[in-house]
Amino acid sequence: MLSWNKISHHFGYTQVLEDLTHSISAGSCSAIVGPSGCGKSTLLSIAGGLLQPGSGTIENSFERTAMVFQEDRTLPWLNALDNIAFGLKAQGVAKKTRREQGAKIAQTLKLTADDLQKYPHQLSGGMRQRVALGRALAIEPNLLLLDEPFSALDIGLKQELQSYVLEKMSQTNLAVVFITHDLLEAIRMCDSILVLCAGGKLVYQCEIPETPSSRSERFIYHQVASLLEQPAVRAAFDLSNAPSREILSA
Amino acid sequence: MRMIDEGRGWPPMLLTSWRALSGFVFAALVGSALGLLAGLSMTLAKTMRPVITILLGVPPIAWIVLALIWFGMGGATAIFTVIVTTLPMTFAAAIEGMRTVDRRQLDMADSFGAGFYLKITNLYIPHLLSYLFPAWITALGMAWKVAVMAELLSTNEGIGASLALARVNLDTDEAMAWVMAVILLLLSVEYLFLEPLKRKLEPWRNDASAKR
Repeated sequence: MLSWNKISHHFGYTQVLEDLTHSISAGSCSAIVGPSGCGKSTLLSIAGGLLQPGSGTIENSFERTAMVFQEDRTLPWLNALDNIAFGLKAQGVAKKTRREQGAKIAQTLKLTADDLQKYPHQLSGGMRQRVALGRALAIEPNLLLLDEPFSALDIGLKQELQSYVLEKMSQTNLAVVFITHDLLEAIRMCDSILVLCAGGKLVYQCEIPETPSSRSERFIYHQVASLLEQPAVRAAFDLSNAPSREILSA
Repeated sequence: MRMIDEGRGWPPMLLTSWRALSGFVFAALVGSALGLLAGLSMTLAKTMRPVITILLGVPPIAWIVLALIWFGMGGATAIFTVIVTTLPMTFAAAIEGMRTVDRRQLDMADSFGAGFYLKITNLYIPHLLSYLFPAWITALGMAWKVAVMAELLSTNEGIGASLALARVNLDTDEAMAWVMAVILLLLSVEYLFLEPLKRKLEPWRNDASAKR
């Protein structure tokens, strides 16, 4: 169980999170959506223990937490295999074991033995993001924190890696917190959606029915449309009156 | 060539090499290590900046004069001057390297709970090396120059002293021969020692140059 308890946070005089309370249970997938700069990443950094909240408390009773970032953050001086094994290395796993485990994960991510010997700059962006995902999953986390990990990938690759994460979730009892700009992605993958507005206030929250595997494209588009009909969501993304105001002034 | 044939070329070359290299190696190791430690603290790094600028700005010849006063005539003066002129170079490069370590990579390491030692060996040092190598090469060149200059004024052995003798005898051939000797020594150390070291420590860069 991961719970944010009345979390507020400021960077200088700018408030990025306001009195946010939410919890994530094992096996669930929550998406956090909202406009740029609404404190989504800050919320995740707090959950991952990278940042102490300004006020409020964070409780994380998951045994192992792993993060995947928007950029792959691979280390240029390590080859792909050692990059994947980096998390295991941090846990003190012996070299031979961590390389074996890394190679096993890499295989499920469709990285060839040849790719594993390459350094990050020799791999494509998509390959590097696979390495980053592999690095997080290699430590067999119970909680996976994803900070827009697929936003720079093309739609085919995006869907492939999304299915991969969904598969992992159904195999293990993995809990996922997913930050994304992409409402389609949020609804395709997650059980609940949280909408933050600028200033980091939780303005809307909903559950998505059915299991992710049984959701049809039609269902997903329908859900996106109904989410966007919510006044709170429109206000958060500044959708509500921006176009009409422009027309009036013209 | 005649100098070498006659067997009087080698002893000064060896002596000067020893003075330049021992000073350089000491300065490279200590300067880099201190820079790494200072770079861990932003405050310390900022405090050291003016000190570095001052140390880098003091002309080597001034150090030689001071060293002559402190240590008198002899090899110690040359070694001291080499250390004191090259150490700030490696120190400054190490601090600059530490300043530019990628915060995002550190966050990534922290998200896996990486310990201090792992971050030093897997993050800071590999990043630092790309700043240190150019600085080491510059410092190495400086070490030879300063060693010869110090010898010229403070010793009666070594390449510098031999150059001083050539000056007294107005022997241009001999002077040129010693200059050549210094250049050859510098080149051989850089390409026989520093380049292979770089290849060994930064294998990912070799690949980059080979494939592009």
